Amino acid sequence: MLIVTDVAVIGFAQAPCERHSPATTNGVEMLVPIFHEVFEATGLSKNDIGFWCSGSSDYLAGRAFSFVSAVDAIGAFPPVMESHVEMDGAWALYEAWLKVLTGEAETALAYGFGKSSAGLLRRVLALQLDPYLVAPLWPDSVSIAALQARAGLDAGLWTEADMAAVAARSQRDAARNPKALAGRAPGGQAPPAKAPASAAGETTTEMLSHPYIADPLRAHDCAPVTDGAAVVILAAGDRARALCERPAWITGFEHRIDSAALGARDLTASPSTASAGRAAGASRAQVAELHAPFTHQELILRRELGLGDEVTISPSGGALGGNPMFAAGLARIGSAASEIISGRAEVALGHATGGPALQQNLVCVMDASGSNGRSA
Amino acid sequence: MSQPRIEQALHAPLEISFDYTRSLGPTLSAFVTGLAQRRILGARASDGRVHAPPFEYDPVTADPPGELLEVGPGGTVVSWTWMQRPLDAQPLAGPFGWALIRLDGADTTMLHAVDAGSADQMRTGMRVRPRWSDSHGAGITDIACFEPGEPAEPAESADTQQGRAAEPVTMVTTPIKLGYEHTVSPGESSYLRALAEGRLLAQRCPACGKVYLPPRGSCPVDGVPTETEIELPDTGIVTTFCVVNVPFQGQQVEVPYVAASVLIDGADIAFQHLILGCTPDEVRMGMRVKAVWKPREQWETSMRNIDHFEPTGEPDALYETYAHHL
Amino acid sequence: MKHRAAVLGTGQTHHRSKRTDVSIAGLCREAADRALADAGVAIGEIDAVVVGKAPDLFEGVMMPELYLADALGAVGKPMLRVHTAGSVGGATGIVASSLIQSGVHRRVLAVAFEKQSESNAMWALSIAPPFSMPVLAGAGGYFAPHIRSYIRRSEAPSHIGAMVAAKDRRNGARNQYAHLKQGDKTVEEVLASPMLWDPVRYDETCPSSDGACAVVLGDQAAAEASEQPVAWIRATAMRTEPTMFSGKDHVNPRAGADAATALWAAAGITSPIDQVDAAEIYVPFSWFEPMWLENLGFAAPGEGWRLTESGATEIGGQLPVNPSGGVLSTNPIGASGLLRFAESAMQVTGKAGEHQVPGARTALGHAYGGGSQYFSMWVVADTPD
Repeated sequence: MLIVTDVAVIGFAQAPCERHSPATTNGVEMLVPIFHEVFEATGLSKNDIGFWCSGSSDYLAGRAFSFVSAVDAIGAFPPVMESHVEMDGAWALYEAWLKVLTGEAETALAYGFGKSSAGLLRRVLALQLDPYLVAPLWPDSVSIAALQARAGLDAGLWTEADMAAVAARSQRDAARNPKALAGRAPGGQAPPAKAPASAAGETTTEMLSHPYIADPLRAHDCAPVTDGAAVVILAAGDRARALCERPAWITGFEHRIDSAALGARDLTASPSTASAGRAAGASRAQVAELHAPFTHQELILRRELGLGDEVTISPSGGALGGNPMFAAGLARIGSAASEIISGRAEVALGHATGGPALQQNLVCVMDASGSNGRSA
Repeated sequence: MSQPRIEQALHAPLEISFDYTRSLGPTLSAFVTGLAQRRILGARASDGRVHAPPFEYDPVTADPPGELLEVGPGGTVVSWTWMQRPLDAQPLAGPFGWALIRLDGADTTMLHAVDAGSADQMRTGMRVRPRWSDSHGAGITDIACFEPGEPAEPAESADTQQGRAAEPVTMVTTPIKLGYEHTVSPGESSYLRALAEGRLLAQRCPACGKVYLPPRGSCPVDGVPTETEIELPDTGIVTTFCVVNVPFQGQQVEVPYVAASVLIDGADIAFQHLILGCTPDEVRMGMRVKAVWKPREQWETSMRNIDHFEPTGEPDALYETYAHHL
Repeated sequence: MKHRAAVLGTGQTHHRSKRTDVSIAGLCREAADRALADAGVAIGEIDAVVVGKAPDLFEGVMMPELYLADALGAVGKPMLRVHTAGSVGGATGIVASSLIQSGVHRRVLAVAFEKQSESNAMWALSIAPPFSMPVLAGAGGYFAPHIRSYIRRSEAPSHIGAMVAAKDRRNGARNQYAHLKQGDKTVEEVLASPMLWDPVRYDETCPSSDGACAVVLGDQAAAEASEQPVAWIRATAMRTEPTMFSGKDHVNPRAGADAATALWAAAGITSPIDQVDAAEIYVPFSWFEPMWLENLGFAAPGEGWRLTESGATEIGGQLPVNPSGGVLSTNPIGASGLLRFAESAMQVTGKAGEHQVPGARTALGHAYGGGSQYFSMWVVADTPD
């Protein structure tokens, strides 16, 4: 029996991250241009896509069935094979990968989108918590992350300076990324609503002199609330080779979830990341795009994935450079794939997270040389 | 899409609000009833750790817990942060600390607020005690918050007397209210602004040439923006319809009334509107209709400017001419 | 080419308008525990969990699979949450199948649920965004005009819908889990019930239910090792089209027809009416039975109502449709699609109790959602091919 094993990322595009997109929460205005971009780059058209899958959240839009209108961006007639997860687009990519593995589709397109600015994101995300005993207190997502950050400080696992160093590096990288929030010409966007993240070039001391926004988190420790979208195209075997000179072959694609009980978890660890990373072969990565909306979370992820100092972390600037909800994880995978497709790396890793304080994690390892050795 | 048009997109607040009624099931009911009785309960997991609050299903074995046991009421802060500007519906209106609190006798922590006064009063390792609220059986909010200090010696207060008499609690109500800014697409903005001027402005797809009223975010068939604007008359036909006998919240028209798919002359999709000006049983598929507008001074950016459509009395459209729109 | 997959077991809750005796986790576990027991699989043997449900607004919990990780034994495992509107239960079954057909996992637990009494389904379905002009509320009002179009197009007599409603409610009485059990329902009673959105009457409308459904899927080795009959998944298909577009056929949507064509081809079925022994079809309003019979290719366009009228869709007829009582008897929105898939599996494994179609060996499970735009379906049989 012929089992498809060689599936590669062959295309990636993302909408410019914006603090306050004028687009609708349906995602259409953010998606149409990047579908066009990725089709131009690959030479594909909508009719060439065998399976479509999206990731988004009704609660970001404040409307039930908010993902339905996004289908208008596809041009889904004649009808298409299509599905949707109420999760980051990274998990939509996973579902797409499964479809290609079954042989039902030779190419697949995964997209994610989110207009976080439509509501008060940190408050909306309180609804991800236990609905009976935690959510009724409305603990916001920044406070939850802050509890996690402090736990690590108390345990001596990291310092505020370590966290600031992550922020500084991310800002420098984001400044070079035209899709990141920081990476655009001044005047291109409305000024940030809250205290600006430290300007690239500040010393650690200067960074640590800024006030906390949620002790021990400072503004620079937190990903900015971002609107955006991302799209990744997969193709199998020879189709991938025909469409892309240097496909990013998926050699490991794993995800796991931890307990929902915040109080029962060791918040300084991420067993789901470690487990997914081990199974996916994370330690082989030369470049790792990590979906860490908070600086301390990058430190946790690095440790759990076994990434040494020689590994380049989030050259795109990562989530700290722009965190479009439900697209950011997919964008990490796309960015990692770009490192391979461009020839800058041989093995790259994209990570995505979902849920409070790194509850759920996904790792996608890609390799320029392909063949993951999966047996039939 | 030209940038200036996107920036002029219409937007308005959208609030979603509901008081969710959550039935608790046996384990959470025991816990919430315990809170009503001013007792905090936990559950022992398969690995021997005591979880407070209790788990519904063991994280390792997925089994429900056995008998719950009492923990606290005092506890120790294991981690904390400071909420300088509290958000809607959080436990306190003024600045407070969030904390993960390990109640005495438990191995896991409970998330709650600490009314410490200021951030410099918060410390990992500090001792806290619950401050009970006025409610008995509201759930986790029976604990208004925690406050610094050791619990007082157990004493039968009026509160605990009332608590001990509490009936088992099987349901809690959680109000959820969220505010959003809802934005419509550029095409829809043009269409709505035209409505405010008494005009029906559709958009044509550059690829397939079909005319959309109202415009969608993009042509649903081709996935491209529909930018060419085309003004249409306020006449058309009923393609299909139903007679509504069920009123809904906010509906101002008396039942029975006709809700119809109206295909405006020149449009390639129909939209829902009301048919009045005749009895419901006089409405037919294919019937020609014309818009009846509200008085001009009531116009806004909405299809509500057309109060309803009414029959024109012209001959019905032949079935074959609209069958492909059904 | 794919790895083979089979349904090892199914489970569902007792569906009621308000399950006030359980939490959301408890509701899901009731179905999951029954499915695991039916499959003879321990929760620790599950490799991955797929959760499906309709909009989060119904229960006011964002991404409830996060909260359910512990309850569903998913801690440390992969967990997915599918949301494809009303068809989600079906999509959940298909995603779970693909986890095995891709060769990635061996045993998968799929759970779909809705505890819509936590809020109010009519409210959640009818929140009007700014600038809009809502003309009616709820799904019934949306579909009633298209039902009128079907009646016109097919020239079906007006009692057909009532025949479907009476049949499905009577079937529900033979299903221990069904929400509505109306064993004595007659066509006359249905025709006498209040007209809600003409031409749809009260008795022709699905209820709002709290409920959950679970299936345990296994790979070939797990299926062959099972001590009891399994339902082999012969084919799956899903198709989507936009909610509204110029030329959309609301009565016989192309997405549904395309999915069915692909499904039958993949299953090696050349004459569905002859080769399918039972069909669990998503019929939330009675007239969708004849409409979907045509859309699925069981009857020629315009002829579906004749199948219904002839009694062919009763248990004992040529093509029993919704022997479980269908969506008209039980409708936890997120679960309804998976219930169709589960019931089809129960039929070919002889586990449908009082609503068993005698000798059923090949069955269809079908779901649709949104503005007649999302279609998911599968064919199961008592042999692998």
